[in-house]
Amino acid sequence: MSESVAAEHDYIGLTEFPTMEATMSDITKNEDGLNFKATELRLGLPGSESPERVDQRFLSIKSSCPVSGAKRVFSDAINGSNKWVFSSGSTTATGDVGSGSGPGSSAVKDGKSTTFTKPAVPVKEQKSSATAPASKAQVVGWPPIRSFRKNTMASSQSLKQGNNSEIKEAEAKSGPEQPCLYVKVSMEGAPYLRKIDLKTYKSYLELSSALEKMFSCFTIGQFGSHGGCGRDGLNESRLTDLLRGSEYVVTYEDKDSDWMLVGDVPWEMFLCSCKKLRIMKSSEAIGLAPRVMEKCRSRN
Amino acid sequence: MNLRLPSKVLEHIISFIDSNEDRNSVSLVCKSWFETERKTRKRVFVGNCYAITPAAVARRFPEMRSLTLKGKPHFADYNLVPDGWGGYAWPWIEAMAKKSPSLEEIRLKRMVVTDECLELIAASFKDFKVLVLTSCEGFSTDGIAAIAATCRNLRVLELRECIVEDLGGDWLSYFPETSTSLVSLDFSCLDSEVKLSDLERLVSRSPDLKSLKLNPAVTVDGLESLLRRAPQLTELGTGSFSAELKPEAFSKLSEAFTNCKQLKCLSGLWDVLPEYLPALYSVCPGLTSLNLSYATVRMPDLVELLRRCSKLQKLWVMDLIEDKGLETVASCCKELRELRVFPSVPDLDATNVALTEQGLVFVSQGCPKLESVLYFCVQFTNAALITIARNRPNIKCFRLCVIEPFAPDYKTNEPLDKGFKAIAERCKYLQRLSVSGLLTDKAFKYIAKHAKKVRMLSVAFAGDSDLMLHHLLSGCESLKKLEIRDCPFGDTALLENASKLETMRSLWLSSCFVSFGACKLLSQKMPRLNVEVIDEHPPETRPESSPVERIYIYRTVAGPRLDMPEFVWTIHKNPEIGVSHLAIK
Repeated sequence: MSESVAAEHDYIGLTEFPTMEATMSDITKNEDGLNFKATELRLGLPGSESPERVDQRFLSIKSSCPVSGAKRVFSDAINGSNKWVFSSGSTTATGDVGSGSGPGSSAVKDGKSTTFTKPAVPVKEQKSSATAPASKAQVVGWPPIRSFRKNTMASSQSLKQGNNSEIKEAEAKSGPEQPCLYVKVSMEGAPYLRKIDLKTYKSYLELSSALEKMFSCFTIGQFGSHGGCGRDGLNESRLTDLLRGSEYVVTYEDKDSDWMLVGDVPWEMFLCSCKKLRIMKSSEAIGLAPRVMEKCRSRN
Repeated sequence: MNLRLPSKVLEHIISFIDSNEDRNSVSLVCKSWFETERKTRKRVFVGNCYAITPAAVARRFPEMRSLTLKGKPHFADYNLVPDGWGGYAWPWIEAMAKKSPSLEEIRLKRMVVTDECLELIAASFKDFKVLVLTSCEGFSTDGIAAIAATCRNLRVLELRECIVEDLGGDWLSYFPETSTSLVSLDFSCLDSEVKLSDLERLVSRSPDLKSLKLNPAVTVDGLESLLRRAPQLTELGTGSFSAELKPEAFSKLSEAFTNCKQLKCLSGLWDVLPEYLPALYSVCPGLTSLNLSYATVRMPDLVELLRRCSKLQKLWVMDLIEDKGLETVASCCKELRELRVFPSVPDLDATNVALTEQGLVFVSQGCPKLESVLYFCVQFTNAALITIARNRPNIKCFRLCVIEPFAPDYKTNEPLDKGFKAIAERCKYLQRLSVSGLLTDKAFKYIAKHAKKVRMLSVAFAGDSDLMLHHLLSGCESLKKLEIRDCPFGDTALLENASKLETMRSLWLSSCFVSFGACKLLSQKMPRLNVEVIDEHPPETRPESSPVERIYIYRTVAGPRLDMPEFVWTIHKNPEIGVSHLAIK
């Protein structure tokens, strides 16, 4: 399973936001009737147009997504924490704008590289087994908590122990007697994860529609489109067909720390054994099905 | 009509004006008022140490007795400003040592302070009384020892959340036996153990001691002994409360607390064991400020403590309090003015789901005097924000951190625009605002229009386009400090609203799409702004239109600073010289 690279996915409901082009024209003639373009400061000679700055990173988003070019992907915040990454040639059409030929471009100092003390937030790797996908990276300075507090809490023993026992309890609980069953749901490429209470769903159908809602900004919304039929009357096997056919599949980690495809076992059995969920690309999940068969065989 | 007052009369009148904002207004009336005001100002506040030179300040205020300085931008608290950026106290101390030897009080925030600075302070200011260092770094306990040893009339020594090179606990023993003037001592951020007997003697011979904040190395026994010697304390930061509980120790501690009848503020409580909390019950009814934000106490122990604190005005706590606990606070702490709820797990993997938006709603309903909020929560709803705004239009400081970036209203999946609109509209006295969660440009339109008194605004992972920045910079009449990270706007709004920047103290932009070319243009257009590009690579190695990582813009009459490290670039005002960082070795 490859490392999950926080790729150029857009993470917000894509239909809601204007594209970069629309945005620029909004600015040039907004509702108040002010003509910004006339007073706009530009980088080029009078009479020339400033190029629209369209970042190449966004142009490579899958074509099925209505692109919101203006958003800076979260991945850059993550990348920025460890390496100072600038995609060279990250803008198009620089045209007659400052391609380094202006008067102010000569540097006083020579361009020797300097030791740069990076902010000290490392990328955190998930500590679980090798088969589990890597977790999201930490972002510099988020959530906004002072280092003093972070350091103090990190060394706070009772908090660590407390949290561990909480997590163990939550994971050990299963079955209808328990009030709730929280599991984490992560998605490949998404910068953060959610927690859901499996007890609130009665079937795979409910679960899948909830997941789709939660992560709709990431998926291409193909849950409903495959096979041309709606989701009414879906039973478990139909759902798994659907899931298998789409770009993404939902998998879960069971009590034995194996990763299984969601939908292969009866719902109650799933509730008993699911520890956490992960939405991953179909291509990544290919290896999972045979293990499911083995497990079923060994149980029956 | 002759309106000129004799200068002595004017001086007398102006001497009653304490607020520096008022004094700034007074100084703008006319030259003679300027002169009179400057000669009578004793407490000087400089919000950005690079906005003016130390010499200019010393010259202007010859009677200065107290100096407060701030250095690094606020986002330095969250590791967004690389080490070595600046904020050095030395030039200020050096200048004041020569020109204002009567200085008695120095308060520094987010500055780099060296042992040499501290030694110079100790040596130069004969009547030095107050040293408060908040979020400072660069010094060791040797520097503190110098202050302790030399400043004979020292009243206040407070190290608040500083990063100190801890060379041991000896510094405390440098307070001479003749030193009896201490009123406040805060060494809670130091690691090393100090000798208890030294501390006991110091406390015993300081009858005016009102505030004592110990570091975690002080044990429960030590605390008990100190409390017995200083029952007059009004502020206490306990040491470590996590040692094994012995019955006699517990009852002695309880008794010691019972005798502290004037205790108003309680903090510390690092890793406090729940079994110790009942020792505090006797002081609870008198407490006005309680900082439990390092106390890993959970429900219901927390509630047992809080329901006894009926006079509480300020509560800092972790999300371990859960909605249930906040419901109790709402019903018991009717005097509450400030609430801060910190996450117990300080990363994106927030696990405490028992603290939701409902907790804050409870407090907004139950606490009529609530005016300052800092709340970390995994997700939020517009409805909750609207309810809070309706309940508490008297809120002055509202900082909501929805820990999940871009998290929408989790019930309706909409952006949180409506919620923050309600806050901006209804809370007419709002001075400080931090927004989070999923927000479109519209949210900023509302904020710009309605939040007329907001002076400081923090924005992260929000907005869609340049419109958001344009709204903020063309609205927000009182805006003085704006800090933005990871928002998708480019050059347009910034360049459009360049003149606004001179009315503000500072603007911080990081991980946005502002280009180097725009920074150059801005810098050339606005000579009284320092436009600092904080970037590892020399900006000329990239096209001018490529975005820079961090930009810090601030107004200044001091010109470009001369102490920039190699990764800070400013555009030289002389376009022929171009980009440089004029580092002084």
